[in-house]
Amino acid sequence: MISVSQLTKEYGNVTAVDRVSFEVGKGQIVGFLGPNGAGKSTTLRMLTCYLPPTSGGAAINGFDIFHQSEQVRANLGYLPENTPLYTEMTVEEYLHFRGRLRGMDRNKRRERIEYVVKKCWLGDFRNRVIGHLSKGMRQRVGLADALLHNPAVLILDEPTVGLDPGQVIESRNLLKELAGQHTILLSTHILREVEATCDRAIFIRQGRIVAQGTLEELRASRRNQARVLVECRGPAEQVKNTLSHVSGVSKVEVLNGDHRGSEGYIVAAVRSQESRDVREEVARTIIQNGWPLREIRLESASLEEFFVELMASQAMSRAGGAA
Amino acid sequence: MNRSMAIARREFDSYFRSPIAYVVITAFLIASGFAFYQDFVPGEPATMRNTLNWMVWFLVFLTPILSMGLLAQEWSSGTIETLMTAPVNDLDVVLGKFFGNFALLVVMLIPTLLYVALLAIYARPDLGPIFSGYVGILLTGALFIAIGVFCSSLTRSQMVAVVLAVLILCLATVVPYLIRVEVANMRPFFLRMLDQTVYRRYSDFSKGVLDLGNIVFFLLSTAVFLFLTVKVLESRRWK
Repeated sequence: MISVSQLTKEYGNVTAVDRVSFEVGKGQIVGFLGPNGAGKSTTLRMLTCYLPPTSGGAAINGFDIFHQSEQVRANLGYLPENTPLYTEMTVEEYLHFRGRLRGMDRNKRRERIEYVVKKCWLGDFRNRVIGHLSKGMRQRVGLADALLHNPAVLILDEPTVGLDPGQVIESRNLLKELAGQHTILLSTHILREVEATCDRAIFIRQGRIVAQGTLEELRASRRNQARVLVECRGPAEQVKNTLSHVSGVSKVEVLNGDHRGSEGYIVAAVRSQESRDVREEVARTIIQNGWPLREIRLESASLEEFFVELMASQAMSRAGGAA
Repeated sequence: MNRSMAIARREFDSYFRSPIAYVVITAFLIASGFAFYQDFVPGEPATMRNTLNWMVWFLVFLTPILSMGLLAQEWSSGTIETLMTAPVNDLDVVLGKFFGNFALLVVMLIPTLLYVALLAIYARPDLGPIFSGYVGILLTGALFIAIGVFCSSLTRSQMVAVVLAVLILCLATVVPYLIRVEVANMRPFFLRMLDQTVYRRYSDFSKGVLDLGNIVFFLLSTAVFLFLTVKVLESRRWK
């Protein structure tokens, strides 16, 4: 349904989106996750034909975003970030206008407006001026507009930002309900949002995809990357060699090898094969070698931590870039 | 075409959602009312010529107010993104904005037909020059609006758009007029140059001359500015 290959956007020297590739299958709902400024909106803007890519391409519903832009947009419902709307119009006028833009005749418009107003709980607000609505209500108007022409694909940029908790739950339920009939790509910077609604997640940082898959897959792969941190006193090289030979250990790194840590203690990071727990073996080996052991612990690598890391690294690199 | 009409209709309606249409129409009708009142005296020729000429001057300052927000506001509020991600192209958008504004100009001119009716009641006006004068004012207005839409596409600030448009329109009308009146002994070459400007060409219409060259001039320059606007829209997204 959505197929993206090597999509790239450069602004001068800055690469906002860097060779991004992914697929979204029919009826799937996929979350695009990353910190602010990671390139989520830029990617979505390229997919909706608002921004032309610098290189690479994408197809939506089989139509090329560059050469068949109009067909792409006809088959697409898009909710931009911050939901820009014409504030002087009423909800119903706005939806009629959007329907006319999409070439829907009067009967079709009436029928579809009836449907989306009901779906997005806009019933009591259809004659209200958009400028007088709350942020959450405007979000619903934007969503109603995106659904108006019953598009095969929905692209939603931060659909639940600024909503109160009740509205967030309503929106999530609505998204899940829509997922069967529409293919949905949504961006967010909240992991729980993806957990609540999405089949798959794509993590993006500094314009690049750093991980993608179902949440289960991502969790499993994180578990494989779990490591045991050992703090002991002993010669770095020897500790490293000895621990490498412990059964189940795949790799050992000494984290503060050169300049010895406090009181001659070193910290070694031990990775294991196939998420085996090697703590007991490692501890026994160290004791047997007579190295004083101060701490041994399993560094959990949950998806949440990975995500926090992801967010933090972007913030740090940005601070570094600014300095 | 349906899509530009949808956009035109929205623009036209939205004028009446804010004070802008009422303020501009009122100002225009008061000003042109005074212009007409000056001429509506027993013994004077029963023509609309002076009134129509004055109307062009008023439009120099009033049409930019109507067109300033057409695209600038789309940029500043971000609605350009929702608009351009609907299946419309740049030309649809520009034509829609243009015709929405043009429709308002027509609405603004309709009450001035009352002056023609008054003339017809009290005298026997020659309807030919009045008709050609209105054709001229619609053509001139179209050009003014095209210039206004163009200026509006360049910036997200309505203030900048309105000042720029008034500036360009003055350069095309007021400035050459003043030079002609004030500067004596001009070389024939410069005189001919000045006669190419909007105001001189408009006065032909109010004299009752429907000159094909003039009509082509207005249509073509309107098209040029609309074309430039399409190009600006295209290029702004490539940045």
